[in-house]
Amino acid sequence: MKKPSMSQVMLAFAAPLAAAVVSIVISSLAVLASKKSPIDAYKTMWEFGTQAGSLLEVLNTATPYYIAAIAIAVTFRAGLFNIGVEGQLRLGALFSAYLGAKFVLPPIFHVLAVFLIAMTVGGIWAAIAAYLKVKRGVSEVISTIMLNSLAGGLTSFLFSQYFAEITEGSNNLTTKTLPESARMPDLMPLLNKLGVEDQPGGGVYGMLLVAAALGVAFWFIVNRTRFGFELRASGANPIAARVSGVNSKRMVFYALVISGAIAGLSGLPAVLGDTHSYTMGFRSGIGFSAIAVALLGRNGAVGMAFSALLFGFLEVSSRSLELIDIAPETYVIMQGSILLSSVIAYEVVRRYKITLQSKELAKAVA
Amino acid sequence: MKLKSTKLLLNATLLILVLSIIRLITGASDLTSIGTASAALLLSVPIVLAGVGGLFSERSGVVNIGLEGMMILGAWAGGFIGSKHGPWLGLAAAIFFGAVGALVHAVATITFGVDHVVSGVAINIIAAGLVRYLSTLLYQGGSWPGPSQSPDISSIATNGLPVLSGGTYAGWHSPDILTPLAEKHWFFISDVAAILRGLTGDLSYVTVVAIAVVPLSFFILWKTSFGLRLRSAGEAPIAAESLGVNVYLMKYAGVLISGGLAGLGGGFLAIVAANHYQENQVAGRGYIGLAALLFGNYRPGGILAGAGLFGFADALQLRDSAAIHALILLIVLVLAYLVYRDIRKGKHVSAAISAIMSAAFLWFYLAVDVLPGQLVTMTPYIATLLVMSLASQRLRMPAADGIPYRRGGLR
Repeated sequence: MKKPSMSQVMLAFAAPLAAAVVSIVISSLAVLASKKSPIDAYKTMWEFGTQAGSLLEVLNTATPYYIAAIAIAVTFRAGLFNIGVEGQLRLGALFSAYLGAKFVLPPIFHVLAVFLIAMTVGGIWAAIAAYLKVKRGVSEVISTIMLNSLAGGLTSFLFSQYFAEITEGSNNLTTKTLPESARMPDLMPLLNKLGVEDQPGGGVYGMLLVAAALGVAFWFIVNRTRFGFELRASGANPIAARVSGVNSKRMVFYALVISGAIAGLSGLPAVLGDTHSYTMGFRSGIGFSAIAVALLGRNGAVGMAFSALLFGFLEVSSRSLELIDIAPETYVIMQGSILLSSVIAYEVVRRYKITLQSKELAKAVA
Repeated sequence: MKLKSTKLLLNATLLILVLSIIRLITGASDLTSIGTASAALLLSVPIVLAGVGGLFSERSGVVNIGLEGMMILGAWAGGFIGSKHGPWLGLAAAIFFGAVGALVHAVATITFGVDHVVSGVAINIIAAGLVRYLSTLLYQGGSWPGPSQSPDISSIATNGLPVLSGGTYAGWHSPDILTPLAEKHWFFISDVAAILRGLTGDLSYVTVVAIAVVPLSFFILWKTSFGLRLRSAGEAPIAAESLGVNVYLMKYAGVLISGGLAGLGGGFLAIVAANHYQENQVAGRGYIGLAALLFGNYRPGGILAGAGLFGFADALQLRDSAAIHALILLIVLVLAYLVYRDIRKGKHVSAAISAIMSAAFLWFYLAVDVLPGQLVTMTPYIATLLVMSLASQRLRMPAADGIPYRRGGLR
């Protein structure tokens, strides 16, 4: 092993840097298209986004993204693609909110039971795709997309026909409120001890800790266990994996079901930490943004944490754009351009590295 | 070839026969009405266009999940340009915007070698975001009635097949033979008449062009040297390159044609199927087009059949939930056939699962009188899943489909 040369160090930073530059150019063009100054836009976003209250909200936005991104990364590592996270998390959230309010258990056990319900429902929904993939050869990409649409129809049917109750004095449909024992404690008191002051309207979801724990577990299991190795092997080269004794069909099944179970959890932060029920206003699109988060974070535990925070930051801080008459939807352009340019940049750098290596090899041999 | 078309005709007849029997049993007359057939055609066209688009791309070796995003771009452009400059320019803009989306996919996958599914999904996310942003800008600028809806687009003229289905040709009003026949409600004969009338009457000119894309794409891909080169890039790019085919160029052509067709499909949704652009208008039709492509085993005729199936399910879903209820009976029959097939092949576990599902659907059919609306909207997606689970095993995809290709053999 040689010590990394200057050019190798530069290369490691080249991809993110190039992606950042390209995406800033594209986003600036989008802002210019509405005849506003991009500099003003970025300044406003930065000033608003770095306030303590906004930062807490960034954490709350990033938490479900991160959990859902882990769910997607599990399948990516196994050479699969679970696009169905959106449906899995929606069904998981609905059932856990509805069933969780049906019984009472001691505090911690109740929360764990709710987790279990969400994971089971998400896992079962993903198992349909897994079964179709393993037994019928249906591409999981198509089946999970169809299952998303089905989950959307099914949740709205079950919710409006059976699970929802009308609250006094409002038209808002919600499921029965979860008892105290089924709620995740807010992290705000903990943060107070660390010197963070209370913010108006702001708490921090307790699920943040669960997300962090999941991140560590994901890293450990995928990179440091036999199961993780078999998962990656069947993704990297299914034939080689089969030859060396990995049951790749079983790995496909496990990967999708585990992914679905984790996806089920990603619907819980708001249910357990904020609304304490499944409401009509349940946030949609988490599962799709999480695909971008996973791709941007290169399916790594640390990378995805950063990209979840970045996406959360863009989403929260862009609300301030309304103050200077720019459409807050600009953040969608920013997220999209970051995603695409980084995906391309990583690939370009990878190819450049290969060319460089083969040149060095040629020089060494000559 | 002759044998094949006879078989096709036989299958179609059989399908209509089964439908007429179900119509008789359940009394769901919309199952085979003129309106259903014509709506099915209208709803099939975008899926056909997306599917044939996918065909060009995947035959050149590039997986195109981005069809959905390209359709979204096309639908938006159709609404934006169509409401300003008329439907025909709107369709042209839809093709152009779809192709622009495809260009991004092509640059990412062909030039830079990004994973095809990753790039496609990225394009879907970006397209949805981009049109939302642009629509908001137009709404804030005061030229659109809402942040998710374009102004109305004037419609494109319709016509019918002369003699059989009415229509007007140079001032001559053609008779309409099929409609009275369809209204007789005779078993099978009226069903056939109604379906034919629905498929050949009151057609938008764009619909005719869109359906013509199917034989045209077969001709281009299988009967021209361009088609041979394009397919060779998807089967064995290295061998093709060694014979002097410009593989990059072929892949670019495949993906761009794909985007243009998908964009046209999106524009069709905004301009012909509706009369304005609306957010979520595409609603997964790009993906269903991809499913039709797989169902059709990467052949144009198969895509047409698959798209027809989804269009039919979609049309029933929109028109009449009683007919969807009747359709559950069809699912029971299909599953029963599967049980029979699996038992004959000795796959007892698989047969048992199918039998349980069949029984469950039968119970559901008998237990529920009227399907609630939210469940009815799920029909096309359930149809897609069912059909995919039946059709996926005999797939023969292009050999180098989805594998990033780099000239000179480096990865």
